[in-house]
Amino acid sequence: MTFQTKKVSTLITGIVAATMASASLAATDGKVKIGVLADMSGTYADLCGPGCVVATRMAIDDFGGKVLGHDIELVSADSQLKPDIASAIARKWVENEGVDTIGGLVSSAVTGAVTQVTGASKNITLITGSASNAFTTSACSPYIAHWTYNVVALANGTVKQMVESGKTKWFFITADYAFGHALEGVSSKVIKENGGEVVGSVRAPLGTTDFSSYVLQAQASGADVVALANAGNDTVNALNAAAEFGLNESMDIAGLLVFTPNAQAMDPRVAQGMRLTTGFYWDMDDQTRAWSKRFQESYGGIPSMAHAGAYSATMHYLNAVAAVGTDDADAVMAQMKKTKPDDFFARNATLRADGRMVHDMLLVEIKKPSERKTENDIYKIVKVIPGDQAYNPMIESCQF
Amino acid sequence: MATFLGINLFALFGQLLVGLINGSFYALLSLGLAIIFGLLKIINFAQGAMYMLGAFLALLGLKYLGLNYWAALIIVPLAVSVFGVLIQRFLIRPIANEDHLYSLLLTFGLALMMQGIFTHLFGSSGQSYATPDALKGGMRLPFMYLPNYRAWIIVVSILVCFSTWWMIEKTKLGVYLRAGTENPQLLQAFGINVPLIVTLTFGFGVALAGLAGVMAAPIYSVSPDMGSNILIIVFAIVVIGGMGSIGGAILTGLGMGLVEGLTKYFYPEASATIIFLVMVIVLMLKPAGLFGKTA
Repeated sequence: MTFQTKKVSTLITGIVAATMASASLAATDGKVKIGVLADMSGTYADLCGPGCVVATRMAIDDFGGKVLGHDIELVSADSQLKPDIASAIARKWVENEGVDTIGGLVSSAVTGAVTQVTGASKNITLITGSASNAFTTSACSPYIAHWTYNVVALANGTVKQMVESGKTKWFFITADYAFGHALEGVSSKVIKENGGEVVGSVRAPLGTTDFSSYVLQAQASGADVVALANAGNDTVNALNAAAEFGLNESMDIAGLLVFTPNAQAMDPRVAQGMRLTTGFYWDMDDQTRAWSKRFQESYGGIPSMAHAGAYSATMHYLNAVAAVGTDDADAVMAQMKKTKPDDFFARNATLRADGRMVHDMLLVEIKKPSERKTENDIYKIVKVIPGDQAYNPMIESCQF
Repeated sequence: MATFLGINLFALFGQLLVGLINGSFYALLSLGLAIIFGLLKIINFAQGAMYMLGAFLALLGLKYLGLNYWAALIIVPLAVSVFGVLIQRFLIRPIANEDHLYSLLLTFGLALMMQGIFTHLFGSSGQSYATPDALKGGMRLPFMYLPNYRAWIIVVSILVCFSTWWMIEKTKLGVYLRAGTENPQLLQAFGINVPLIVTLTFGFGVALAGLAGVMAAPIYSVSPDMGSNILIIVFAIVVIGGMGSIGGAILTGLGMGLVEGLTKYFYPEASATIIFLVMVIVLMLKPAGLFGKTA
């Protein structure tokens, strides 16, 4: 046997062994251990990174720190936004370290890799930072609870409202990976269903710093609205380029996915008046303000919707564990779907059979500099969108 | 709209101009790298981090010290250069006689540390820096709207690049520099302080990155990973131009900006990879790079 073939056969043996191991069942040892897998240092770290760990820790502490007679354990790791690293960590957690539930999860590519592992090992996954609607449709699983938001809710909020107000011609600047494609696809559908048209689109690689050439293409398209189907720094950079080249004088700009840290990073003179859809805003009412104040004390910044979602999902999970008296994933998930999540984040909420957590979404507008009382005072709530109007209907094959 | 062979000329010119602006940044950054490599044989992976540092210093200076853009253009490159000099003196000089790989690893590690520290302190989301009032607005050209600030970038970058080239290739100081690389012992024998020249050259190289950082702050969001995003492209440009070729780095930087602009017009999906494709082709046909001298 040559060195090469030996290496290949070792590799294959390893893969087979790994696949077999992942077929084993989740630990039902009575001890609850939650793993938060998030982006600790990359582009999305401010959206769901250390903050998602802080929020999960708050939920555990508020719950009392103990369930089923044992302390609730929390571990966390950096997915580095790399699907292969994330799935390796998830596998190690559920197979060797007795982790029951994985939360956090930002970037749909990472989440897709993790849910494959947890679907096979039968561990509950609480998705709080990712956008793709695939987790409750084409890649659905009985062990997924998708919290916070998804691309359909974003499109039904921002896009539908703008098309109805007469902005019918759209141009997309899209992040060139799974999430961007999904967001553009879903939004285009909403545009067409409401009588609008998509006049063009351009795909920019993730992490593009200079959007000027894409802005020029948008300018030449003759659209009413330029939609930014991207996230994080990409949105901020695209918006800045749009303002620099005078795009916002002739066209409307719609940020399809904007988290509060991004909205804060935008130049308010440029971003003012922009409408967007979010699952949560800290300054909505007394309940959200009270929670956000506590969060801010331990984290430093105001919470994003993913942070608030991480708290809400963890709390609902722990309540279900306590109610059924076991950490068995099937029993806990059944209980989670039976009871309605209800807290500062989850308003008029329900966890559907397909794992989609449906709750009221907010259509907000970015405030003018003159309207801002503090640096955290960024949104004006325009409208509350009821959950059933925001989210996609269930598909038959995903009703567990 | 003017068209020629089915090509929308206005759109094409727009993309080419934007390409030239990006090329100006590439030229400024790759020039710094080329000086440091060409004269000192140090592969400086921290060049991107210095660019990031420049942008952050401009931002923090404005926020906490009231340092405006124009002052930052002078003071920040100097500050970055002082930082670079300290690094060269205390970290790089002790390993100067080792293989190139050592300085590469050292500067790479340094870049990661700086990026990590800035992420820890300021978070990963970009922050915005307002365009100076004097450069706000723009000109309406027949084929596009050119923001004044972008025009300013082209002018400054070309001025800085060509005066640097002139200084190194045409002045007495430049002669010392080049002599110091060819034969340091001999130059030292003439009574020239070679280690000092080396340190100052490194300082100048990173100052160029700091300057690029200040110039980038108003148009790109200031974020800890801005340096690592651009560094790989800039390295590819230096390789295409010929490692160490000063003029090559400048011309290739501007040229690759234009190539990228063309790609964004004809096939936008390839715009992130086109420079690497050019690099592969150039390396296959001319391993020393377009302007490099074959060893």
